[in-house]
Amino acid sequence: MNEKTIRKSRGIATIFLIVIIMMTYLSAVITNFNLAEGLATIPKALGWIGANLIITPETWERLPSILDKLFETIFMSIAATTLAAVVSIFLGLMGSKTTKVNGVLSVISRGVASFSRNIPVVAWSLILLISFGQNSVTGFLALFVGTLGFLTRAFIESIDEASQSAVEALRATGATYFHIVNKAVIPQTLPQMLSWILFMIETNIRSATLVGILTGTGIGFTFDLYYKTLNYNAVALVTLTIIIAVIIIEMISNRIRKVIL
Amino acid sequence: MEVINTNKAMYIKRTKKGRINIKSGNKVDLVIKLTILILTLLTVMAFFFFDYTGLQLGRAITETAHNLKVMFLEPALSHFGWGEAFYQVGVTIGLGFLATIFGAVIALFLSFMAAENLSKPSISKTVRIIVAFIRAVPTVLWVLIFAIASGLGSEAAVLGMLFHSVAYLVKAFSESFEEVDQGIIEAMRATGSNWWHIVTHGVLPSTFTYLLSWTFLRFEINFGVAVAMGAAAGAGGIGFELFMASGFYFDLREVGFITYAILIIAIVLELISTRLKNRYFPATAR
Repeated sequence: MNEKTIRKSRGIATIFLIVIIMMTYLSAVITNFNLAEGLATIPKALGWIGANLIITPETWERLPSILDKLFETIFMSIAATTLAAVVSIFLGLMGSKTTKVNGVLSVISRGVASFSRNIPVVAWSLILLISFGQNSVTGFLALFVGTLGFLTRAFIESIDEASQSAVEALRATGATYFHIVNKAVIPQTLPQMLSWILFMIETNIRSATLVGILTGTGIGFTFDLYYKTLNYNAVALVTLTIIIAVIIIEMISNRIRKVIL
Repeated sequence: MEVINTNKAMYIKRTKKGRINIKSGNKVDLVIKLTILILTLLTVMAFFFFDYTGLQLGRAITETAHNLKVMFLEPALSHFGWGEAFYQVGVTIGLGFLATIFGAVIALFLSFMAAENLSKPSISKTVRIIVAFIRAVPTVLWVLIFAIASGLGSEAAVLGMLFHSVAYLVKAFSESFEEVDQGIIEAMRATGSNWWHIVTHGVLPSTFTYLLSWTFLRFEINFGVAVAMGAAAGAGGIGFELFMASGFYFDLREVGFITYAILIIAIVLELISTRLKNRYFPATAR
């Protein structure tokens, strides 16, 4: 590196920094964000959390009903993820370059994936809420659609990455399409796919809370109810149960991932 | 004689009786099969746990099909104009951007503490535990909790989203720092440079592009989160309009328009981040 290139890269870095600062300022103006006020909020908020989000003995009585809703939410996200994964395997096989049947199906599957992934789960849940009403199925379907898009993309990537040579070898022996998929593609990519599925279950439990607030189901609804009735002790308990559930599931899936990958 | 026997024992699995184990499979296979089995069981069980209040499946499906047709084939604006629509999209992008930028700056410093090759094991572990804790709380709960303290507005939304962005980026950043060639750090340490020099002249230059790509990936996520926060926590922006259009006005055409707007931005962001990924992470995404 001579002096000229250093000076040049320093110039680029300065311009980059200025652009970032200008964009930050612009965003702050558009959103009415006040940095000083925002910074002042942090200690205030933390103080408030310390003072109000305390679990009192009376709130423990609500634990069974909270746990009931929590399990409903966990089941909802697992069911949505697993079923979406089954469909995604087919879409992934259609969409991948190595295993696609024909170009049209590949484009269709990639299109479906992109469409369902890029419309946020919030939009799906609001759309479904209109006709499905306030029940678990709405939340389940919203999570299902969002997961479908994400997993299809992930599966396409892992199939593309893993199975090139094995597929070629099998094709050379005259194996049928079904044989190739069943004996080469699936066994090779299964650990990777399972890892994505586990990741999605973790994510979905968090999203399920959000979906629950919007569609009035599961733990999200319980949180919203206590939040709106200003029962902050119960809010603290609900938050705590969610944290514990998410951390336990993360630990389990990390264990599994360590073994299979 | 004995030597050969022990050698054999190393690569031929035998049962307790001394027979050669002909059952295929190993621990990995077992775990994979078990995981799939358990997930299937839980999925089947889930449908018995569901709450089916007021669900008429047949009617709901035909209605949704009709709604989707109206939404996506006849999008229109009725409660606000094009200018307002652009402004609201801008607000959502702005919220996502602010959370990402502040998150990246904070995460940068925290990730120096979290990276194992740049800090002490005890500090690194503490930061990781805190980060895991923050990540476990859903973003919407952070936003709602901050909203009580600072009132509904962009401050609560940005701060709530900030928490998750920091947690995500600390993980990503510290992992990139740990991948830095140990030789660079060692060489600099040998010349007598202090920690600060190692970071600014050794670690940062070689990871800068990774950090930028991760930050942009987070921006892509934060756009979706900002839409969600608008809808669920009243943080404003296009998400709030979506919530109003579907929950209060029941205006499907407007919902369709807003959905299209979100879709376009999301696809543009995805295209950019895919290009970034292909350029800087050729190993993980091809």
